[in-house]
Amino acid sequence: MLAYFLRRLSQSALVLLAMSLIVFLGVYAIGNPIDLLVNPQADEVERVRATVALGLDKPLYVQYWTFLKGAVTGDLGRSFVFGVPALDLILSKMPATLELALFAMVLAVFIGIPLGLVAGLKPDSMVGRGIMAFSIVGFSLPTFWVGLILIMFFAVQLGWLPSNGRGDTVLLFGVPVSFLTVDGLSHLFLPAVNLALFKLSLLIRLTRAQVREAVLQDYVKFARAKGLSPSRVIGVHILKNIMIPIVTVIGLEFGSVIAFAIVTESIFAWPGTGKLLIDSINQLDRPVIVAYLMVIVTLFIAINFVVDMVYSLLDPRVRLGQAAGAGH
Amino acid sequence: MMPARRRFTKRVATSFLLCLPLSLGVVTSAIAQTKGRDVSIGLQAAITSMDPHYHNLSPNNSMMLHVFEGLIARDENQKLKPALAVSWKATDDLTWEFKLRKNVRFHDGSLFSADDVVATLKRAPNVANSPSSFATFVKPIIDVKVIDADTIVFKTATPNVLLPSDLASVMIINKAYEKSTTEEFNSGKAAIGTGPYKFGEYVPNQRVSLKANYGYWRGEEPWDKITFKMLTNPAARVAALLSGDVQMIETVPTADIAKLSADKKLSLVDKVSNRVIYVHLNQSTEKSPPFVTAKDGKPLEKNPFRDARVRKALSMAVNRDAIVSRVMEGKAVAAAQLLPDFFYGTSKQLKPVKFDPEGAKKLLAEAGYPNGFAMTVHGPNNRYINDAGIAQALAQMYTRVGIDIKVETMPSSVYFTRATKLEFGYMLLGWGTESGEQGSAMRSLLATFDTAKGMGVTNRGRYSNPAFDKLLAAALVTMDDKKREAMIIQAAEMVMGDVGLIPLHYEVSTWAAAKGLKYTARTDQYTLAMSLKPGN
Repeated sequence: MLAYFLRRLSQSALVLLAMSLIVFLGVYAIGNPIDLLVNPQADEVERVRATVALGLDKPLYVQYWTFLKGAVTGDLGRSFVFGVPALDLILSKMPATLELALFAMVLAVFIGIPLGLVAGLKPDSMVGRGIMAFSIVGFSLPTFWVGLILIMFFAVQLGWLPSNGRGDTVLLFGVPVSFLTVDGLSHLFLPAVNLALFKLSLLIRLTRAQVREAVLQDYVKFARAKGLSPSRVIGVHILKNIMIPIVTVIGLEFGSVIAFAIVTESIFAWPGTGKLLIDSINQLDRPVIVAYLMVIVTLFIAINFVVDMVYSLLDPRVRLGQAAGAGH
Repeated sequence: MMPARRRFTKRVATSFLLCLPLSLGVVTSAIAQTKGRDVSIGLQAAITSMDPHYHNLSPNNSMMLHVFEGLIARDENQKLKPALAVSWKATDDLTWEFKLRKNVRFHDGSLFSADDVVATLKRAPNVANSPSSFATFVKPIIDVKVIDADTIVFKTATPNVLLPSDLASVMIINKAYEKSTTEEFNSGKAAIGTGPYKFGEYVPNQRVSLKANYGYWRGEEPWDKITFKMLTNPAARVAALLSGDVQMIETVPTADIAKLSADKKLSLVDKVSNRVIYVHLNQSTEKSPPFVTAKDGKPLEKNPFRDARVRKALSMAVNRDAIVSRVMEGKAVAAAQLLPDFFYGTSKQLKPVKFDPEGAKKLLAEAGYPNGFAMTVHGPNNRYINDAGIAQALAQMYTRVGIDIKVETMPSSVYFTRATKLEFGYMLLGWGTESGEQGSAMRSLLATFDTAKGMGVTNRGRYSNPAFDKLLAAALVTMDDKKREAMIIQAAEMVMGDVGLIPLHYEVSTWAAAKGLKYTARTDQYTLAMSLKPGN
């Protein structure tokens, strides 16, 4: 178990290193942030001063080496645009994104899986067909458009919910969260629905497919023959056996929701890391881009680790530490 | 009997669904309340700090004017007016004397005096990690003498006519915070100014809240609390206004202007701005500039842009009225020079070049290109209003006069770096003149490129006209306002006649506010709460 853990850890470190190098080179290749930051009315002296102040006068490998030295101690550089440490900036906006992502995933899981179950168990009924039609609409509509429609309808026309921003926050274990206040929930609802829609549709279809397959298995026929109640057959036997692919997908999708809630955050002006990332890319604020991607990669690695742990709980045949490709 | 897990799931789902209507009910009543003398304003660009000396960026400078003030302020036409200085004059070519205002208090109660100005001038050029500092404004001052508590004298190394205008951009801080860091300003600890509003809260990239400074020396402001929300996405900004989340927005998207003008609950104001959209033609190479070739793809013998006739033809081929009415939907003014003609240093004689495709073809033939040539129009696609649309419109106009055209637009993060490296031939660009007078704009865009002298710093066309340089240089050291203006006007007429660059139009900025609020629009595109008043 320890060997397995250490192996995972060293793999993760390699991934992080490769990622930082790629991003560093990539952003360097796009353009020179000085051209975007320095006021065009300023003279050459000012450009040189800014170039030196941001450390951009040094050759690329020196800049990368300085970055690595700092990274080991947790200092991922200072934002060119804001002047504050990049890691602090990202971590201060993480709670907002995590809150939105979690809320969206909760919506997707707790609505998607039950609906998928119903669609799988009654595939030819009106309800089943209706759910499948809804799921097609759900993953076909672009997030951008759905967000605007939600705002138009609920905020502008009906005036029930606010159109942008995050609500009042309270501190929970030192982290500001907004879902514990009514105002916070009202601001959280529309962006979470917008973000959840795609995942919801995905989960409905996946669950349905899995259920269709499981229902034909011998163990289900045997359980029914044994006289078990339908709810026990569905809730214990079928549900548990279809969970592995679903958990995999949830894990992957959760990571992507956190990393790429950019569109939703832009439309709803949700003050999260997605919006920060897109702005930083446009302004070539390299320390923030690199720091953000490092944090996200770390998050993905952690999520995948948790997913693998959950496998071993769900499927007793899975043993961690076997050759790569163990488990389902 | 249901297994515990399934029952739990069902319970959670049911309670969640039940909560929804309850929360909606509470929420509705919350939104319906009005806020008295509080106002929310939606901004288009995010500010990067609450430190007035950290970043010389328009949105930052606009925000700082609420909490801080400079010695001099600019009115809505960018004309200088007294602020913390009641009067100023040049006692000789190298000396300026400023008389300061008495009985002005900072937000913490301390009295404003000349020592605060000294502290400001020490801090402004030296802020750590500044991506674009205020050093350019403060550098010309080589010596500061405090004569008494309200008189201060600055000495410059060379005659500097723009010193008052430059000082209008430098915000005066309280001397107690001279050594404060940017973080201390962002948290509000050091953000103590003399302005009409006090620092309330700053959440980076999200919002700024300010509260009224009831002891402000200019008198009472109409607002108790202001919340600025940064809504960079244009659709979100409009939605916020329509849903009542904010009471005013800046930079109304062109496509929404017609619909919002028709809305009875809103009032729109617009004003021509100091931003000119123009074209620089790359004259730096002897032969073909980048992306300009003969129609068969072979490079040209000489650089066509170096010939004034070709430049004039390229200007005549542009139908500015069509761009204004079709691409900009009326929210632009055709341009003949770098600033609209009510600004200092602009010529009333210069008129936008008339659209004349036949005349353009004749000029091209005269210059030796009877069949035209081939070129690529380059422009940004996310920086200026409708920039990509303008580039495409230009391309179509040039095809009519026999030039083979390709269009390439790209994000500004890539475009400006490459344009500065002169990788393009025909470049669509924009310029907002912060000083409010045409001399400094011409110095940056049209003077011969010379980094040592600080001339032509943004002259990407590398246009070079020694007669123009001489005239402009002489004008910039002439202290007499009237004489200097006449020289600048003469230089402008000379360089526009020679088509140093092709001016297209000035952007018109639009603000939309809820009915019952009146905004006094500004040419520098700033959105100031002080210009927003209840009324019609």
